[in-house]
Amino acid sequence: MSILDLKGLLVPIGALKQMGKHPHTINFPDEEKNISDRYRGFHHNSLEDCIGCGNCSTICMNEAIDMVALAEIEGGKGDSGLRPRVDYGRCCYCALCVDVCPTGSLNMTKDFIQVTNNPYEFLLTPGKDNPEAKEKVSFKADLEASLNIFDRVPMRELDPGERVKSFAEVLLGYNEEEARREANRCISCGLCTEACPVHMHIPEYINAIAQGKDDEALKIIYDNNDLPEVCGKVCTRRCEDVCAIQVRGEAVAIRWLKGYVTETADNADLIKQIVTPEIREPNHYKVGIVGAGPAGLTAGYYLSLRGYDVTIYESHKDPGGMVMYGIPKYRLPYDSIQKQVDYMVKMGVKIHYNTRVGKDISFQEIYDNSDAVFLGVGLQDAWNLGIEGDDADGVMSAIDFLGKINSGETVEVGKKLISVGGGNVSIDASRVGRRLGAEVDQLYRRRIKDMPADWEEIEGAEDEGVHLIPQAIPTRVIKDKKGKVKGIEYVKAEMISEGGGRPRPVPIEGSETIIDCDIIIAAIGQKADYSLLPEDIADKLKMERGKILVNDNRQTSISKIFAGGDAVKYGNVDAISAIADGYYATLGIDKMLMKKE
Amino acid sequence: MIREQETTLYLGPQHPGITGNMMVKLKVKGDTVIKAETHVGYLHRAFEKLIENRNWLQSFTLLCRFCVPEPDPMELTYARAVEQLEGREVPERAKYIRTIVSELARIQSFLLWYGGQSGSSGLYTLGQWSVGDRNYILDLFEDLTGARIYHMYMWPGGVRRDLPEGWIDKAYKTMDYLEKRLTDYNQLLFDNAIFQKRAQGVGIIPKDKAIEWGVVGAPLRGTGIKHDVRIDEPYEAYDQLKFVVPTYEGGDVWARALVRRDEIKQSISIIRQALDKLPGGSYYNRIPNPMKWTVPAGEAWVKTESVRGEIGFYVVSDGSNKPRRVHLKGAAYAHGVSVLEKILPGQNIADVSFILNSLGVCPPEIER
Repeated sequence: MSILDLKGLLVPIGALKQMGKHPHTINFPDEEKNISDRYRGFHHNSLEDCIGCGNCSTICMNEAIDMVALAEIEGGKGDSGLRPRVDYGRCCYCALCVDVCPTGSLNMTKDFIQVTNNPYEFLLTPGKDNPEAKEKVSFKADLEASLNIFDRVPMRELDPGERVKSFAEVLLGYNEEEARREANRCISCGLCTEACPVHMHIPEYINAIAQGKDDEALKIIYDNNDLPEVCGKVCTRRCEDVCAIQVRGEAVAIRWLKGYVTETADNADLIKQIVTPEIREPNHYKVGIVGAGPAGLTAGYYLSLRGYDVTIYESHKDPGGMVMYGIPKYRLPYDSIQKQVDYMVKMGVKIHYNTRVGKDISFQEIYDNSDAVFLGVGLQDAWNLGIEGDDADGVMSAIDFLGKINSGETVEVGKKLISVGGGNVSIDASRVGRRLGAEVDQLYRRRIKDMPADWEEIEGAEDEGVHLIPQAIPTRVIKDKKGKVKGIEYVKAEMISEGGGRPRPVPIEGSETIIDCDIIIAAIGQKADYSLLPEDIADKLKMERGKILVNDNRQTSISKIFAGGDAVKYGNVDAISAIADGYYATLGIDKMLMKKE
Repeated sequence: MIREQETTLYLGPQHPGITGNMMVKLKVKGDTVIKAETHVGYLHRAFEKLIENRNWLQSFTLLCRFCVPEPDPMELTYARAVEQLEGREVPERAKYIRTIVSELARIQSFLLWYGGQSGSSGLYTLGQWSVGDRNYILDLFEDLTGARIYHMYMWPGGVRRDLPEGWIDKAYKTMDYLEKRLTDYNQLLFDNAIFQKRAQGVGIIPKDKAIEWGVVGAPLRGTGIKHDVRIDEPYEAYDQLKFVVPTYEGGDVWARALVRRDEIKQSISIIRQALDKLPGGSYYNRIPNPMKWTVPAGEAWVKTESVRGEIGFYVVSDGSNKPRRVHLKGAAYAHGVSVLEKILPGQNIADVSFILNSLGVCPPEIER
């Protein structure tokens, strides 16, 4: 170094002017760090909003998140009861868990200091161990930035104007591209499986659809549902009610995805070719089944796969029970059921049509000749309106009405049809009425939002011109001289809630209104007909409020008799519950008879 | 009479003069290095293999750990590779934000380099200043991404969150402040006779060998070769912004330092232009549900100009929800192994870590 390089030696000394300046760093804990509003510190989980779907745990590549049961969280439908616990020895604060949280309950906070010698204290259950951090939430599970896809792929459907002209199917179904796109929204949390009465393997088959493996999806579906095409069109889809995506968006269209897959196999041979279930050697046990509705068919199919000799007795000329006769063809075409029943017959199920048990063959005979009997008789009789004049000509139950239409008979609906009720059956009656050319008013005693019918059905009915009159209680049917319906009188009701319970409709005095009409269709509930049973069996069979009592195996108080479907006090009155009954009865019958050996 | 004997000297893996966990085995005679061997393997985490076992989004937490001082270029390059495989469009606003983040990353990394380069020549004050000033950029990152170092911010389809309120003003102010500070840095480093004497003529990479040895970034531009991916094959918003690529002749530590000093100025200018021109609209072309996200089969080779020079990701997809193969071509392999071993012989022991710092070596990038 040259000694003359004075500049190079003196200039750096100028740095002394920086002395005494306040440093950038802060003195912790005397000074607080100013933490930004998006800081990714420790987590906070809103325990009430969290549904325990476990998506956070799945996305975490460090396996820092475990789902654990907490004493204060009970769980139930749509809530696994588990909550995330984070290991901060593993967490890298990437916040992927926050961005995939479908409910938005998991966020990150401004807290980041943790000093401990105990490694177990690295485990934190956000929300439980740090409730105070709620105030410091910073990196939020924004709806906009979320990695969940909240919008459903819309279903194409017939134009309402076109629909009322025929019984053509309203929903056009997903095409392949739409199905893949919709299936890709699923986060595979499995809350739906819990909610499904038969616990279908929903995440698995949706995964297969997403991967383009439709055949595999169908195989998975047939594992515990033998009527998937029915379910793909008309299921009450309790799975979608608990879908994790549904909390902040639209549920994955599980029903329509199932419908898409089942339609890829359009005949019985193809189904057989794809599903290729394992069939056990015949075991020479005989099972008699009364009723070829969803419950009876399901029990029949799965029992024959297990090697049983199964015979189904059906009073009608076609299989399907209520789904064949009670559901209009624009929702569930004839071929859909027939295709699946054809497949079952190929797998060894014997069905005797036009055979009414108790008339064409005695129940005792079936009972004596079988090792087990399954009762799937359904609810065949409708309740009357129970008001003055309900015996008039032109007052009929929705079950009779829909049954006649579906069997190809004609019903004279006149110009104006009144349908009474708020369930799916009454909506069906109204929409069928529109298709037969009548103007339709529908009376319901509560508000529209209280209707038990599927919201899509309600919307469909309104689109087609059904006039819904909520909070209307029918009081009298007005007859003409010949005893034919001329009109209906109803009173308006106001909703009164007492003691915090469900609001009750209370008639408003003096609000009587009369509508002229030609036909009244009542859909206010059904009851079972047990006249087929011999007296001694009917006496021994335990019932409650007209429904047969069964255990988890769907076994009645008579050990040889199993029962399922609408006539059983177990679950709801819908097709999927009936399928579940048939499936679990199969397991029950199998358990009982195999134990005997 | 002085007897000079050959000795073996191990520099690292735990040595303040080493950049990261690696070791340089030196054969020395007296104060002069005769032979140098780079030894790595102290932090082998099998990044590339691990990425094969993660879905397309999960790998982002690993990518940024390839190199601590500059995590962002890794994210960006990989995201661009995935976008290329998918044919995914990136909104204009996201391109600008990505440009800004990349340049902020460049500045913060150079500020850290200031500390290393001056520290390894015994000038510790500058390191305190530059690392302190770097915190202002980390503050910007914290406001924008929620994290100071590992951002996981730029991912396929754009960026993860939009700019928060007031961020643009804060960024302008930070740039103004940094620009002023550069004069102070000059005073301490480039005007300093000690640094001048230490850096000039030391660790020379010959211009005619630079390309052959695989030198990139500031060390390459320090030999007078103008090569910068941002200009040669512009990506994001670089083709809409004006900037020059500084080059210096000499190929020594001094030239490399000058290139870096000038690049900070260019980066400040790029950030200001990008902030001025920042378009509106969406910041993110949404990726599908990450749990089921599959990327079409194919392969992509994408490169960007990282802080230490050109890096590239080679990504192969078999059409599933995980990459089949991911390969990183980083700057560190050439700089830290082949170049270092070639230029150290003949140098003074005291200059080893000084030269190492001037090359910009991230060991995890070597043993990826």
